[in-house]
Amino acid sequence: MALLQIAEPGQSTNPHEHKLAVGIDLGTTNSLVASVRSGLPEVLADEQGNKSLPSAVQYLEDSILVGHEAKNNAASDPENTLVSVKRFLGRGLEDINRLYGDLPYNFVEKEHTVNIQTRQGEKNPIQVSAEILNKLHTQAIATLGDALQGAVITVPAYFDDAQRHGTKDAAEIAGIKVLRLINEPTAAAIAYGLDSGKEGVIAVYDLGGGTFDISVLRLNKGVFEVLSTGGDSALGGDDFDRAIVKLLLKNANVTAKLSAKSLRKMYDLGRELKESLTINETVEFNVSLLEGDIVGQITRAEFESEIEALVKTTLRSCRRAVKDAGVELEEILEVVMVGGSTRVPLVREKVEGFFNRTPLTSINPDEVVAIGAAIQADLLVGNKPDSDMLLLDVTPLSLGLETMGGLVEKVIPRNTTIPVARAQEFTTYKDGQTMMAIHVLQGEREMVDDCRSLARFVLKGIPPLTAGIAVIRVTFNIDADGLLSVTAMEKSTGIESSIQVKPSYGLEQSEIADMIKASMSNAKEDMAARMLAEQKVDAIRMIEAIEMAINESGHLLQVNELEAINNAIEALRVSTAQANGDVIKTAIKALDDISQPFAARRMEDSIKQALTGHSVDNV
Amino acid sequence: MAISLTDAAADRVRTFLTNRGKGLGLRLGVKTTGCSGLAYVLEFVDELQEGDEVFEHNDVKVIVDAKSLVYLDGTQLDFVKNGLNEGFEFTNPNQKDECGCGESFTI
Repeated sequence: MALLQIAEPGQSTNPHEHKLAVGIDLGTTNSLVASVRSGLPEVLADEQGNKSLPSAVQYLEDSILVGHEAKNNAASDPENTLVSVKRFLGRGLEDINRLYGDLPYNFVEKEHTVNIQTRQGEKNPIQVSAEILNKLHTQAIATLGDALQGAVITVPAYFDDAQRHGTKDAAEIAGIKVLRLINEPTAAAIAYGLDSGKEGVIAVYDLGGGTFDISVLRLNKGVFEVLSTGGDSALGGDDFDRAIVKLLLKNANVTAKLSAKSLRKMYDLGRELKESLTINETVEFNVSLLEGDIVGQITRAEFESEIEALVKTTLRSCRRAVKDAGVELEEILEVVMVGGSTRVPLVREKVEGFFNRTPLTSINPDEVVAIGAAIQADLLVGNKPDSDMLLLDVTPLSLGLETMGGLVEKVIPRNTTIPVARAQEFTTYKDGQTMMAIHVLQGEREMVDDCRSLARFVLKGIPPLTAGIAVIRVTFNIDADGLLSVTAMEKSTGIESSIQVKPSYGLEQSEIADMIKASMSNAKEDMAARMLAEQKVDAIRMIEAIEMAINESGHLLQVNELEAINNAIEALRVSTAQANGDVIKTAIKALDDISQPFAARRMEDSIKQALTGHSVDNV
Repeated sequence: MAISLTDAAADRVRTFLTNRGKGLGLRLGVKTTGCSGLAYVLEFVDELQEGDEVFEHNDVKVIVDAKSLVYLDGTQLDFVKNGLNEGFEFTNPNQKDECGCGESFTI
C-alpha cells in the first residue's frame, strides 16, 4: 500500500503522478536534502537517522564511498578521499594554490580547471560533487517513495557563472533535473517566509564550520536582490574549537608539542565543550592523552573572552557589507542566522547588538538553507494553488563585453532579475573590417584584466564597410538558473553567429555526456557486484543444507559418493572466495548435480519411514 | 456511517494543520481515476462544501463529501512508517482489490 501525503485543497494528484521535489544544500563540509510533505518542510534523514551527509568522497579500488565513511577515512587515505571540493568548482590550479595553499591532493591542471588524480583515475570536482548529489538523490527517492520531478539546489551568493554551471552539470551527471539554482541566503530568507513579508533589506549571517558569509539582500516585488556579499573563507566554528584547545593547554601548563593523535582528541574535546557551553555556564572535563591527563573545568565567560576577537572580525565584515550595499543599518528589517556556529550565545548577542535587531533563530541553522530550497522546489512543481507567485533571482555580477582599449562595456548590470535578455549595439573599428571578436566578461570592474573572462567567440562575414557603419547587435540571455548565452548579429545582412557560449571554466556537453555514460557503466558494475554477493549467499546456504542432510542421513551414501559430495562442497567453498560469479555458479551447479541422487534417496527413505508400520488403509 | 482516525494519524494531522497555520481539518475522498478505477484523495480543508459530513477524532475534524462516503464508510486512516518512507494509509472495508502500487482500488 502506497503511503499518501496531504495535499492543498484541490491539488490532489492522480496515482503515480505525485509532484515530488526536493531542496538540496550542497555544502562545502556537509550537504542536506529536504522536502515538503503534507505542507511541512523537513530535512530527510538516512537509514541511520543522520540528517546531514559529509561532503566527502573516497575512491576505493572498485567502489566509491560517500559521506560519513569517506570522511572517517580522510586521514588514513588523504589522496583518494576528497573533502570540500566545492571550493575547487570552476576554479583553475593557480586560484586553488593561491587560496588554499597546501592540500594533500594530486592536482592535474586542465584548461581553466583542475582534475584530481585518484586511484580510480582523474576526477573533476564536478564529478565528485555529482557523487554527493547522487547519494542525496537516492536517499530522497527511498524516503519519498517515488521518482522526483526535480530539485532546487543552493549555491553561495558570490558564485560566478562558471561555478553555477559546474553545480548544474554535477546535478545532470547525478541524474537530477534542476528546477532552479538559488542563492543560499535567499533560501534561508524563504525558509523564514520573508519572501511573502514586508519589502525591504534583509541581512543573512552565515557562520559555518570553516567559513563565514554575510549577505545583504533587498526584497522587492517578490524578488531578492543581492546587494552585497562579504565574509571570510577561513573563519568558522573550527576556530572556536581551536581557541578552547589553546586555552585548555595554557591552563594545564602544557607547553610540549602534542602528538597528532592527542591533538585530534583535544579538538574533539574542544568541540564538545563548545557545544556544551551553549547551554551550560560551566563544564567539567577529563581527557587522557599519551602525554598525560588533563582535568579541569571551563566557564562560558572564559570561552567567550577567547573567541570575542573572532566574533568581532565577523562584525567588521558585516559593517563593510552593509556599506557596500549602500544601505543604512537602520534600514535592515530582519537578520537571518545560518550555520551551526550561530548557536554560540556570544555570536547571537554580538550580532543582535550590531544590527540592533533580534536575529531569526527559530529554524535549525544547519537546516535552514535546505528547508528554504525545499519550499521553493515545492512551489516550482506546482503544489501550491497560488503558484503563479514564482520567486525570481537576480544576477550576482554584471555581464559585459570587451571593447577597444581593454575596457568592459556592461550589458546586463548586476542585480538584474532573471530570466532576462538584453541587447546592445556595437560597430566596427576599422574600414573594411569583416570580423569581430566578442569577449564575454563578468565582474564589476572597468578593465578587462580585473574581470573574469567567461567566453570568446568570433562573428565572421560582416560586410566590408567604412568604420562605424556596420551595426552589430549583441544579445545576452540569462535563463531562470542564471546561466548565460550570448548571440551576435550583423543587422544589415542578418548574419548571426550561432556560437554556443560556454563559460571557459565549465564542461563541454560531450564531457558531461561521457560522465553520464561513465555513471551508467558503473551501474553495471554495481549490479554485477550485487549478483556476486547474492550468489555467495546462495552457495553458503546450499553448503549448509547439504551438510545438515549428511549429518541426518549420511548412512544412505556410499563412501565414494560421500567423498564426491564433500569434494564438491569444498570446491564451492573455494569458489566463493573469488570475485567471479560464473565460477560460483558452475560450482553450485556441480554440487547440485552430484547431490541429486542423494536427495532422491533421502526422499524415498523418508516416505518409506512414514509408511512403515501403517496399513494400506491408513495411508 | 463513520470514518475513523488512529491516534497516530490524528497527531500527524494536527501537526500539519498547526504548521500550515490555517484549515478546518482533513478531507478524505475518492475520485475516479488510476489504474484500478478509484483513487483516494487527502487534502487540507479551508471551507466546507454543501453535503460535507464532519467526523471528529481527538479534536481533529475529518471531512467527507456524501458521494465519497459511500465508498469510504468504515474506513480507518492510519499514519505509518515503512523504512524511510512515511505517510497515511487507508484501511477500507469496502475495497475489493487494489492495483500493485496500492494507490488506486476497486469496490
